[in-house]
Amino acid sequence: MVYPSTMSLTANDVLHIARLARVQLAPADVERFTTQLSGILEHFAALAAVNTDGIEPTAHPLPLSNVMRADEVAPSLSQEDALANAPEQEDGYFRVRAVLE
Amino acid sequence: MMAEAWRLTAHEAHERLRARELSSVELTRSVLERIEAVEPKVNAYITRTPELALEQAREADARFASGTATPLTGIPVAVKDLIVTKGVRTTAGSRILENFIPPYDSHVYEQLRRAGAVMVGKANMDEFAMGSSTEHSAYGVSHNPWNLDLVPGGSSGGSAAAVAAGEALVSLGSDTGGSIRQPASLTGMVGFDPTYGRVSRFGIVAFGSSLDQVGPIGRDVEDVATMLDCISGHDPRDSTSNPEPLPDLRAYLGQDVRGMKIGVPREYFIAGMEPGVKDRIDEALKLFEELGCEVDTSLSLPSTEHALAVYYIIAPSEASANLARYDGVKYGFSDRTGASMWENMEQTRAGGFGNEVKRRIMLGTYALSAGYYDAYYLKAQKVRTVINREFQAAFEKYDVIVTPTSPTVAFPIGAKVDDPFAMYLNDVYTLPASVAGLPGLSLPCGLSEGLPVGLQIIGNFFDEGRILRAAYAFESALGWSNRLPDLA
Repeated sequence: MVYPSTMSLTANDVLHIARLARVQLAPADVERFTTQLSGILEHFAALAAVNTDGIEPTAHPLPLSNVMRADEVAPSLSQEDALANAPEQEDGYFRVRAVLE
Repeated sequence: MMAEAWRLTAHEAHERLRARELSSVELTRSVLERIEAVEPKVNAYITRTPELALEQAREADARFASGTATPLTGIPVAVKDLIVTKGVRTTAGSRILENFIPPYDSHVYEQLRRAGAVMVGKANMDEFAMGSSTEHSAYGVSHNPWNLDLVPGGSSGGSAAAVAAGEALVSLGSDTGGSIRQPASLTGMVGFDPTYGRVSRFGIVAFGSSLDQVGPIGRDVEDVATMLDCISGHDPRDSTSNPEPLPDLRAYLGQDVRGMKIGVPREYFIAGMEPGVKDRIDEALKLFEELGCEVDTSLSLPSTEHALAVYYIIAPSEASANLARYDGVKYGFSDRTGASMWENMEQTRAGGFGNEVKRRIMLGTYALSAGYYDAYYLKAQKVRTVINREFQAAFEKYDVIVTPTSPTVAFPIGAKVDDPFAMYLNDVYTLPASVAGLPGLSLPCGLSEGLPVGLQIIGNFFDEGRILRAAYAFESALGWSNRLPDLA
């Protein structure tokens, strides 16, 4: 496993992360988050020193396996209820701007 | 009708309701009047529900008349605003949900309604439960009833402040890394984060799904036991809800603690712990010895120091996935001024989320992104295993583990809000049990400079009963329960 050689982020890294996370950032935000996120990441560096050879990752604190239910039709939220909070709707659908031009 | 009924614990109020010395409508009015009087100073609520409360109180009085009352029937409760309530706005402390009216009820609210409890309002919180002070709420900070210039802790700060200020008798909070225990500690209340899986998260706004758990805050140990009894149990709508049957938790109250083995991990006594906190914890350990417990301060949990990094990688990673649902399409705040759907989505999230939420989403996105997944997320999950194993080894030797809940008493509003990492350090004593999914309770153990200090009792998986047994014995011996600050 390769550990990143530096914990520090650049403004371009932050813009890339923000794009992945679909959050628009103002220039002042970029500067602030670059400093703050780099500072936080520095504190994570100590984890690299923990010996985890042969240790399984924990995704979930309890040993639960997949939980299945019978595939039976049951009442669920009505279309009207599901759309009740929609910012815009049309003909029973959520309405958005075109995804593809 | 008794004066100041809002001062009663839930179990005291229940006795009077049952004896018909007090009606739920009278009790609820007393709490609603108290809210009117102090809420401008405390700001414990995002949304108040007085009409609904009085309607539920009338139903509760009918249940007492018909003999179908439970210990929570007619009791005024505050509900953290990430617990969805059908027809009652649920914001999670975020602008992005400012107009969200849930079309269904959460499991825990259903349980409260089944028991006949009365909801007086939706409690303030750090946005999406990310914070330790309520300063990250989009609806203003809550003030600590012990000193209004101080924070009440967080993220369930509104739930804790409401109970401490007499604006509810008990409340529900949620705990991901300390969000019930730390505000309980800072407001002199009792807060209980049960075992991961004990309480269904159906209808809880998700933050860190391998960590989130709902639990109660109250003025004494008996009240949190009663609340946990009510909300626990298997729910098929949450696949992590545990089918383990719940014992009668109140049966553990008053049980003898002689011979109980208490481990005190030395890694918790670190620089940064205030001397006044250390003094109260030392006295608390002496009190446990006087009660006949075997207190061993030689316990070592060497990976404790890594819990903070593990948590602040795993929780933001899970949050970055969970919060992807806030896209301005299906519900909530929506900025539609952009030229395309993607632009609208990015603007919606820019305007709808506060800075701490953006920081965590980006931190999580980074930790999960190509090239960094192994170094951050996977590594954190492996260290999580190491932390779990250390706890499990300790529980072979000890019944419970006792630590301070927070390294400090309540701190001034504004003191840490611009320094994210300083804020994260507030959770240093509550994060390890969260990472391990273990139950932890915080209860008051005295004052330092006039402010409450909290003691944390951590138990093994599904061993809430043993925690309650130790907590109740301690509370009785200390003679501290239902102590409310003199809020002017």
